[in-house]
Parts: sequence; C-alpha cells; structure tokens
Amino acid sequence: MSQIQMLRADPMVLARRQAIVSALSRAVSQGAVITGDTGLRAFETDALTAYRAVPLAAVLPQTTAEVSRVLKFCNENSIKVVARGAGTSLSGGALPLEDCIVLGLSRMNRVLDVNFADRTATVEAGITNLGISNAVAQARFFYAPDPSSQLACTIGGNIAMNSGGAHCLKYGVTANNVLKLKMVLMDGEIVELGGDYLDGQGYDLLGFAVGSEGQFGVVTEATVRILRQAEAARPLLIGFPSAEAAGGCVAAIVADGLIPVAIEFMDKLAIQVCGDFAKAGYPRDAEAMLIVEVEGSERDIEEQIARVTEIAGRFDPTTIQISQSEEQSAAIWKGRKAAFGAVGRISDFYCMDGVIPLGKQAGVLKQVGKVGEKYGLKILNIFHAGDGNLHPLILYNANDGREKVAAEECGAELLKLCVDAGGCLTGEHGVGIEKRELMRYQYTEADLIQQMRVKAAFDPQWLLNPGKVFPLDLQDRFMAGAQ
Amino acid sequence: MADVFMPRNEEELAGFLTDAHAGRNPLEICGFRSKREAGRPLNASAVISAAKLSGITLYEPKELVISAKAGTPLYEVEAALAGQNQELAFEPADLCRIYGGDALSASVGAVAAMNISGPRRILRGAARDNMLGLRAVNGEGSPIKSGGRVMKNVTGVDLVRGLSGSWGTLSVFTEVTFKVMPKAPESRTVIFLALSDEAAVGVMSAAMGTPYEVSGTIHLHGELAGRLSDQEIAPARTALTALRLEGAPRSLGSRVERLRRELAPFGGTYELDPQRSKDFWADIRSLSFLSANFDRPLWRIATAPSKAPLIVRALSVFFEVNAAYEWSGGLLWLELPPSSDASATEVRRVLAEFDADSMLMRAPRAVRAGVEVFHPLPFTKMKIVQALKNAFDPAGILNPGRMYEGV
Ligand SMILES: Cc1cc2nc3c(=O)[nH]c(=O)nc-3n(C[C@H](O)[C@H](O)[C@H](O)COP(=O)(O)OP(=O)(O)OC[C@H]3O[C@@H](n4cnc5c(N)ncnc54)[C@H](O)[C@@H]3O)c2cc1C
Repeated sequence: MSQIQMLRADPMVLARRQAIVSALSRAVSQGAVITGDTGLRAFETDALTAYRAVPLAAVLPQTTAEVSRVLKFCNENSIKVVARGAGTSLSGGALPLEDCIVLGLSRMNRVLDVNFADRTATVEAGITNLGISNAVAQARFFYAPDPSSQLACTIGGNIAMNSGGAHCLKYGVTANNVLKLKMVLMDGEIVELGGDYLDGQGYDLLGFAVGSEGQFGVVTEATVRILRQAEAARPLLIGFPSAEAAGGCVAAIVADGLIPVAIEFMDKLAIQVCGDFAKAGYPRDAEAMLIVEVEGSERDIEEQIARVTEIAGRFDPTTIQISQSEEQSAAIWKGRKAAFGAVGRISDFYCMDGVIPLGKQAGVLKQVGKVGEKYGLKILNIFHAGDGNLHPLILYNANDGREKVAAEECGAELLKLCVDAGGCLTGEHGVGIEKRELMRYQYTEADLIQQMRVKAAFDPQWLLNPGKVFPLDLQDRFMAGAQ
Repeated sequence: MADVFMPRNEEELAGFLTDAHAGRNPLEICGFRSKREAGRPLNASAVISAAKLSGITLYEPKELVISAKAGTPLYEVEAALAGQNQELAFEPADLCRIYGGDALSASVGAVAAMNISGPRRILRGAARDNMLGLRAVNGEGSPIKSGGRVMKNVTGVDLVRGLSGSWGTLSVFTEVTFKVMPKAPESRTVIFLALSDEAAVGVMSAAMGTPYEVSGTIHLHGELAGRLSDQEIAPARTALTALRLEGAPRSLGSRVERLRRELAPFGGTYELDPQRSKDFWADIRSLSFLSANFDRPLWRIATAPSKAPLIVRALSVFFEVNAAYEWSGGLLWLELPPSSDASATEVRRVLAEFDADSMLMRAPRAVRAGVEVFHPLPFTKMKIVQALKNAFDPAGILNPGRMYEGV
C-alpha cells in the first residue's frame, strides 16, 4: 500500500523545528515534549501501518490549559496539529505529517466524576474505552459502545471516529452515548459542547463534532452516559451451510422484531482462524457462523433464544450451540474480539468497513468473494451483521509491492460495491486518509463542499488534521477559494 | 400576508432559494405552519412551505428503515409503520397542546428540524439518534445530502445530527430517513402518588438504574396530573410519578414485579393495566398535562435529573411553578404565571448556577420578541453558531433571527 498521496511538508516549518520545539517546551510541563527520532517513532503511524511519517515533535499534555497553550501557539505560527489517542485508527486518521506536531492525549486519562443517579461519567479524553466501563463496573454499570480495540483505544479517539462495536446494535454508537465534550479549538479557546443532559435546544454542536476525525478541535474531557448492566447475557453460535443462509438468518431475525444485543458474522476462513486462536469451539464444518447474543432476565433470555433458534431453523443450520457458562461465553467472544490479532498471525491484512442495507447481505457477500478472486486475494469476512456493517479483511503480503497495490484496489472496489448497494464507505472506522479519494463516489461535490465549510467553521485555517477525510484536490481548491 | 411558496420538488425549491439568496430575501421556513409561534418572531418577505414535498419514498419494513419527503404528515408515516406493526421508537411528542393546530399538522421535517422526541427517548434515543439520512437545500440553493438509509454511517461530517434541531435556519429539509423499530407489544405502568419532587426524581433515577429497561418516566405536580384524561387519576389532582415498562407479556410481568419490589422503599405503588397504560402514555406523548392557555409561559429545561428539583425549588421562591419532570427529571416543563418577560430574568439567573439548557417554548409574540427564547450562548459558542450559519446560509435568508439575533 503506497498509493495514497500525502500532503507535502512545508520546508519553512521544517526549518523552524528547533524554535518550535523550544516554544512548545515552554508551554507544557517538563518531559511533555518528545523530539528524539526514537521517541517519535512511536507516533509515526497508526493501525494503517502502510503509511508513516515522523512528525516535528510530539507533545503529551496533562491539562486542558496545556492543550490550549499548545494550540494557540500552533495557530499563531501556522503549524499543523494531529491529535492522537492510542493510535489504533484503521483509516490513517492519526497519521502524522512531517511538518505537524502530534498532540497525544494519553497522559490525560483520569476519571473525573461518576454520577450513578444521573448515570453519567466524566473522564479525560485519553482514558481507554474499557477504562470507563472498569471504573463503573463495581456498581454493575458500563459504557456501552465497545470497539474490539477497547483495551487500547481512547474515548477521545472514539469520539473523533464515532466508533461502534459489536453491542452497538442495541445500545447505539459513540454519538448516541456522549453528552458533553470539553474541546479546545485551534485558536486555544476552550468550549463545552452539549451538557450534563440529554437534548438541549439549539444547534447540535456536539453532533457536528462527534465523528469529525480530529479536524474540529481537540477533545480533552467527555461526559458519557453509563448504563446499568443487563441481568444476564448469553451468546449462541449458529453454524450454516452457506454464507447466504447466514445472511438470510440475520435479515429474518431483524425483520422479526427481535433486537439481540449483537449479531456477528464470520465466514469459513474466519471461523477457522479465530476459532483456533480462541479455542472457542467454533463449528469448523460450517461455511458461515453467527454469534447472536441476547440479554435480560433468565426468562427473557430463554424466550429470545427460543425465537432465535426457531428462526435459525429455517436456514438449515449445521449447529446451534448455546453457551452454558460464563467461560464458554467469554471464549465465544474472545474469538470475535481478538479476530484481528488472530488473522494478523497468519497474514498481513487490510480491513474494510463498508455498510450495506440488511436485505442485501447475501448478494453483496457473493460479490465480495468475486472481487477477491479477480485480484487473486483471499478475503475473510467477519462483521457486525445486525447493522449491515461489513468488515472484509483482505489478506496480502506486505513485502510484495504488487500485492500491496492490488489489496488497496480490491478494497476500493469493495467499498464501491457497498455504496452501489445503497450503503456507505465506512460504518465505524472513519475516512482518514484511506477513503479520502473515494468520498466522491458517495457524495456530490456540493455535499462535500458543505461538509468542508462546516469543518472550516471550527478550524478556519485548516490546521487540525489536514489532508484527511476530503479529496486532496478539493481541499486545495477550497483553501484557495477561502483565502 | 407574505406570499407562501410551496415547491413541488427539490429542484423548484433549489431554484427559489438560489434567487432568494441572490436577492437576500428573508424567508420563513415551515411545514404546515403549526409551529410558527415557536422561537423568536421573524420578519420574512415570503414563506416557504414544505407541504407539497410529500409522500413516503422508501419503506423497507424488513430493514427497519423509512424515508419520507419533509412535508409528509407525521401521522401518515406512523400509519404506514403501524400497518407493519412498527413505529418510530423515539415517540415524537405532539406539540399541539403548546402551539395549537391539530395532530394532522406535524410534518416529518419539523420533527427533524426541532429534534422532537417523546417519553421513550430515555431508552431508544432522541429523534436525531433515529435519523439515518437527510436531504436538504442550503441557503445558497444548493441541494445537499448526508447519511443514507443504512444503520451505521461515519462517512464524513455528520450533517444529519448537526442539522437536526436547527429549526430551519441552516437549510430546508426535503427528505428525512428514519430507523424504525417493531412496536412494543405491551406496556405496564407503575405509579407512585404524592411524592415530593426530590423523592420522585429519586424513584425515577433508581428505576433507570435497574436492569429492567424502563421506557418512560414522568413526575407531575398535582395540577398537571389533574389534566390527564384517565378519570381515575385526574380528579384527585395529586402529584403523580409514573414508570413504564414494555415488552412481551410474559417477561414483562416478571420485570414489573421485580421493579416494584426493588422500589418498595420509596412507598406504595399501584399498576395500570395494559390498556390504561397505553392511554396514559399517549396522553403524556401529547403533553396533555400542560395548560392549553396560550398566555401561560411555558419553559423547557434540559438538565441532569438530580439538578431538576433544585431548579424548581429555586424558582419557586419567585413565583408559583407548575412542573412536569420527564426523562427521569432530565427534561423539565415549567408553567409560570404570565409576566412581561415570561420570567426569563429569574429563570436565567437561577439556571446560571446549573449546567442546563432552557427554551421559552411558549409565550405571547410580544414577549418572545423581547427576550432570548433559546438559551443564551457564551461568546465562543456564539461565534461557532454564526460561523455555521455562514457555512450554510451566508446571506442569512433562512428563518433569520428565529433562534438568535443575527442567525
Ligand atoms: C484491532 C482493532 C480493532 C478495532 N475494532 C474496532 C471496532 O470494533 N469498532 C470501531 O469503531 N473501531 C475499531 N477499531 C478502530 C479504532 O480502534 C477506533 O477508530 C478508535 O476509536 C481509535 O481510537 P484511538 O484512541 O486509537 O485514536 P487514534 O487512532 O489515536 O486517533 C483516531 C482519530 O481520532 C483523532 N483523535 C484522537 N484523540 C482525539 C482527541 N482527544 N480530540 C480530537 N481528536 C482526537 C485523531 O486525530 C484521529 O483522527 C479497531 C482498531 C484495531 C486496531
């Protein structure tokens, strides 16, 4: 992978590196500015590892005031800034530029307040997603959106990407679970968007900001909703003789009005790779498998399992395994949540994230297989089926230049397939640099210009995470017009 | 009387807006004009009504999605959904009680533009959480779309959420796509009587903190309870606190039992059977607990539930306050005695101590002309709001001044 064009670095900024570093060092506490080449290597890429760039410097602030001083300085000196949480973005969202500074939020990771009566938690942006749930678990509460990367990824990154996860089918994605942000604008101004409440009246600035991929401001604190855990939850595994049968079963479950907490799909290759990794007892003879999780009281669970089983019965299941214990449930989920790690052990892979209408699943999966054949690449499918959020993983050899290019082209074709089916380019991983040039396939130029104007309303100089989300030529034109 | 223009399609609308933009002609944007007494009064040279942009354009019951042109009456959408035993899970509140008109006069565009949600908001999200896609024409006459018809979408800037609740000041919606849900099969309601506001919020929050999936909560002062149509409840005019659970009959019964047991320390309860329960929440959804007297100022306050009783108590020092606490206290409806500024001075002074949002939902025109109807914004936020207005409607022709002066 190497086809995506990067923004050219500004030599004038590069030449001022020393002066910039000293000024930044004055703005933050000791040890918060990283400059050495070895130190900076940690920031050169994210989970889209094919692209790398070593930034001018990285700053790891500990307070909102420090973030504000850093941004104000950068704004006054026209220095680009890329905010960073844990660097787990799969779309190159946190990829630095050579002439930018990386603003890492990892040291701001405290829980500031938990209010069980109002069911909210206020945290700093650098806390991990799982860290929030852990902080409230003793009272049997949790923070709902659960990206598979939840051990590592930060709430700041989740907010920037509007991340989802397996259990978002029932509980919604990040945007549905965040109430308030403390955000520092590029000029150093600190604003609060949203409030300690559900819905105010007025422009939904919070709504604009969630999913803005680090381009509107730097989030330093967030107030999120926390929910009471269900009484109990139980996953079941259903194996099918074909991917079509599994897809049909998903559509039938949703159409029946059942809303399980999660419906996850795995194809044959995924079953083998993930099942072996997690020793989860996945049905190796099946062509496709669903993990369906239901929750509630014992009685609710029994009722729902009976219905799911009945519906699945119409699609010739090869196996139906209902989890019988906490350990089994954990193993079933381990295979799913560790999927990327498991696949990573057998091959390099490129993860796509398109969304399609629920009724189109079977047809699109077939086409996905065909596209893979056309490029001579293996594709493994594992995804959030209840929302129609596909994650084809394209297997390739990163040391083979030709295969890298083929993987990228194959990925683009798969995403176009999703748009053609009435869906979209990305359901949770964001556009980043990766899907920037594909945006025209989904949106008209007028749509994109409107989005860019909104971006410019927050960051008029376009210094926050530039070169992402929008096609490069359009950004250039927009900037030229705006000046 | 200003001219009313009713475009029949997006192109006509775009053409009209292009001209209005060029001529800088201020426009009032509406559906059926039923909410025109909401917000700050505005002076427009013409009115654009979405009334003829009407009709359901896509309905896939099996995929839980419906699209309708912005001027489609809400009841039409709800009737189509009911035919498949589905519904809009966020139960958009019916605002006729506040603004007059009848139940036929709400359009789906207005639901989106005002982000109108009802009792089930606490469990299933707000209108904006259930909006999947939007088509609109901005203040330059340029058609734009955002989102789509699929359940998840993070492709680019989220204009769907951003534009929800913008009250027609940023663009004119032409089509809205919602996620729909199967109709809740049955509901039961647990009622507490004569609780203090603090105790009521305590009960409601405790209920929300259980795993039983409470799907509606409300606490009404006695006078408001007296306006309900349930003839066993209303005549007593006693403060009432209600909790709703929904689901399939069998598991519902056991959840209700356990909820009642867990909340027993808060006092005695009684239960509404499914039919009464259904009627009760239909009443809540149509806000029939509010006064229909248009001279009576009505405030909508969003705050953290635990703060709500404190706000009511602080305001009660100045005048008599009739309050309804929806969303376990997170949404307060306050009826205040008429006054020249609808008591905006006192309300805002008290709210300055809290993290809260206030909107003067109803007051005579002259009063609304003189006060800030929407919650006053700090300078930095106002700057963003103005920049956004400029990003969508640089000539300031769409509902100018309806929300804020100069926006
Ligand atoms: C193994 C694996 C599994 C994954 N599974 C899922 C999944 O199930 N669902 C899902 O949605 N995603 C998933 N992801 C993608 C990724 O974890 C998410 O996008 C996550 O939200 C990124 O968080 P982060 O802290 O790592 O952010 P980073 O990667 O550091 O940054 C991501 C973006 O957020 C911006 N940003 C970060 N912090 C801030 C801040 N404080 N203020 C403003 N902008 C900020 C950055 O500029 C960048 O644009 C997965 C990734 C991996 C590697």
